Amino acid sequence: MNDQSQTLTHGMSSGALASNRGEKLRLANEKPCMEIRDLKLFYGSDEALKGINMTIPKGRITAFIGPSGCGKSSLLRCLNRMNDLIDIAVIEGEVLLDGNNIYDPKVDAAELRRRVGMVFQKPNPFPKSIFENVAYGLRLQGVKNRRALEDVVEKSLKRAALWDEVKDRLNENAFGLSGGQQQRLVIARAIAIDPEVLLLDEPASALDPLATLKIEELMFELKEQYTIAIVTHNMQQAARVSDYTAFMYMGELVEYADTDTLFTTPSKKQTEDYITGRYG
Amino acid sequence: MNNWFKSGTPWVWLNAGAVAISLVMVVGLLLLIAARGLGHFWPSNVVEFDYTEPGQESERVLGEVSRSETMTAQAMREAGYVVPEGQEVVTRHLIKRGNRDVTNRDFVWYVGENMSEWRYPEDAMVIERLTWGDFIGYLVDYREDGAVVAEGREAREAFRERLAQTREQVRERERIERFDIGNVNYQIEQIRLQQRALDMNPDISDAEREVREAELAAERERLEEVYAGLEVRRNEIRRDVARYSITAEMMDGRTQELALSGIVKAWWPNDMSVMQKTGHYVGTFWDFVSGFPREANTEGGILPAIFGTVLMVMIMSVVVTPFGVLAAIYLREYAKQGPLVRTIRISVNNLAGVPSIVFGVFGLGFFVYAVGGTIDQAFFPEALPAPTFGGPAIIWASLTLALLTLPVVIVSTEEGLTRIPSTIRQGSLALGATKAETLWRLVVPLSAPAMMTGLILAVARAAGEVAPLMLVGVVKLAPSLPMDGNFPFLHLDRAFMHLGFHIYDVGFQSPNVEAGRPLVYATALILVLLIIVLNVTAITIRNHLREKYRSESD
Repeated sequence: MNDQSQTLTHGMSSGALASNRGEKLRLANEKPCMEIRDLKLFYGSDEALKGINMTIPKGRITAFIGPSGCGKSSLLRCLNRMNDLIDIAVIEGEVLLDGNNIYDPKVDAAELRRRVGMVFQKPNPFPKSIFENVAYGLRLQGVKNRRALEDVVEKSLKRAALWDEVKDRLNENAFGLSGGQQQRLVIARAIAIDPEVLLLDEPASALDPLATLKIEELMFELKEQYTIAIVTHNMQQAARVSDYTAFMYMGELVEYADTDTLFTTPSKKQTEDYITGRYG
Repeated sequence: MNNWFKSGTPWVWLNAGAVAISLVMVVGLLLLIAARGLGHFWPSNVVEFDYTEPGQESERVLGEVSRSETMTAQAMREAGYVVPEGQEVVTRHLIKRGNRDVTNRDFVWYVGENMSEWRYPEDAMVIERLTWGDFIGYLVDYREDGAVVAEGREAREAFRERLAQTREQVRERERIERFDIGNVNYQIEQIRLQQRALDMNPDISDAEREVREAELAAERERLEEVYAGLEVRRNEIRRDVARYSITAEMMDGRTQELALSGIVKAWWPNDMSVMQKTGHYVGTFWDFVSGFPREANTEGGILPAIFGTVLMVMIMSVVVTPFGVLAAIYLREYAKQGPLVRTIRISVNNLAGVPSIVFGVFGLGFFVYAVGGTIDQAFFPEALPAPTFGGPAIIWASLTLALLTLPVVIVSTEEGLTRIPSTIRQGSLALGATKAETLWRLVVPLSAPAMMTGLILAVARAAGEVAPLMLVGVVKLAPSLPMDGNFPFLHLDRAFMHLGFHIYDVGFQSPNVEAGRPLVYATALILVLLIIVLNVTAITIRNHLREKYRSESD
């Protein structure tokens, strides 16, 4: 127990270091990756998102925090059109990816999701071998060459820091892995198809502290190459890993700033109440 | 007491009792079928006794004890037997005397009180014949070309030896008649049809017509030569086999001459050791499973029925699986869930409750007359008015049963599809898969075990179904198997035999009820075993699939 908490503090300090690296982060200085413009989401007559405007910067980790039901997961799912699967969901407004509206009728949702990958709260490996799990996205794109598949699988598993643990049992069922390994496998699966943006929907909430730490370290690694948006209930996690943080409440974006500013000097009373634990 | 009820113990006992009763009934049924069906092939001893009815002359009786029962004197008197005053119960025995050709009555009841002591003479002989059922008597002599060659004990050896040879020859003759001549006849019929098609075709030039006709004539000539050759060989065997015969004494002292060509098997049950009897038993059972039926199905084997049942179930599976699976995928994955889909789903479920004979009538009207008739008009006009596909056929029987079992497959496939966790679907979609790709690569393979479950239920139902088949394809005696060496090898237009119908036919439509009774049990046993084999195969495949696609949902 003591060991664990120590590692945790260690993880935290390394996170703090990472976000403090170099000059002070300012949203205005960032290159935009995704721009959300006046986005409204209705589930039937319920308005889940009430006009969101924000920019997700390229090559950074953006965290979404807020109490349950505030719409942060819904917002994340709007970014790769996973809400299309819900019959009663209606979307107004625009989401731009590299300047193009992803809700344009001409945009192919499957093609979009190849560019904007997603990892879910609960690890959801396919009931196939570890190899086939990672190769799934490539096989969808028609890659049949065994060597090419093997290369990508190895590279992805290495980047997801899972290679050393599974390299000898790639042909075993993925359900034989532990929860944390499964989640890293799912991340490896997502980065195997080389997306531009990675959406993480509470990726560590079902994991123990050590596995959580590994996932967080993994995020720092991946930041070099991908734009990451993460939803989390854990404020320490948001503080540790993210460059920018958005606080949402009741379907509205209350405050959005670089993580240091948001956690140290929030400009809104609601934000302060939430991060100091007065409600939520 | 109240506490005892609250504890739930009575429920446990109630449930356990229900399970126990069900098990006892199922096992009891299987045991009954197995005992009655398998017992038939055991060579039972032949008893001899003198039977003296009060006030009549004594007669010698020879035969196998088929069964015995104890009746009240009252019932016996009402049945016309004379029973002495004061006697309460009467035991009577059903004796299989055989020799139906001479006595007309091969099963006769004898009252136990009028019998002398039972004797088991070692010379008592049972002969299974090609016609007229069993012969039971004593061997007198063995003859070649009508002259006595051996008598008494020596006759038995000589007879046995010769019988082994003649059986070989008779089998060859049967092969020639059933398969070789059958094939030639089939080909000649095809040529006749081609000739007829040529005659009916007005668009063909005279020169071409002549060429074609010459070809057909040459082919016909060749086939007729083959046929003549086969016939010569057959007659040769017939003549050769007809040289040998035996004479045997029956229970009433008369003798009868039996040609070896008509004898299938002869044995002396009272003179056999248990080992010999076991060997005989295995042989007889194998003949039953692998032979063709004789004597209005009351003798011989059930191979065509086994073959027909298996083939029909296979064709049905091949048809019902894709249709059921596709329908279920559409209903569950693509159709907009609403009142219409709900109505369709309720209708599908209710379809499973429609009496099967209704499917039979539908199959007859739609498949046989409408579809089959149209196919005949369009593709086989030269054979009309004789139907090709417009009559009972294995394809229509399979399709009718496919309709009948469709709901089972649809319902279990839908169950399987709903059990696939949505997180897995989302995972696939998030990787850029379309809905169709997700279905094809993940959802369908994952629900394959559920589809197999549906298929297992469908097979079990289809293999046991009889009523609709009587209307659309099953016959009492099919002249040829639906699969043979003639192109196109699988003859879907042929009528076929079926174990379920065979049971009905032998048990209830047979001229000789007592002789058929054990065969009914034996056939039922084979049917049950067949269904078990089909199911175990399917279950093995399903478990294999389950293992392969093991997931947290299982």
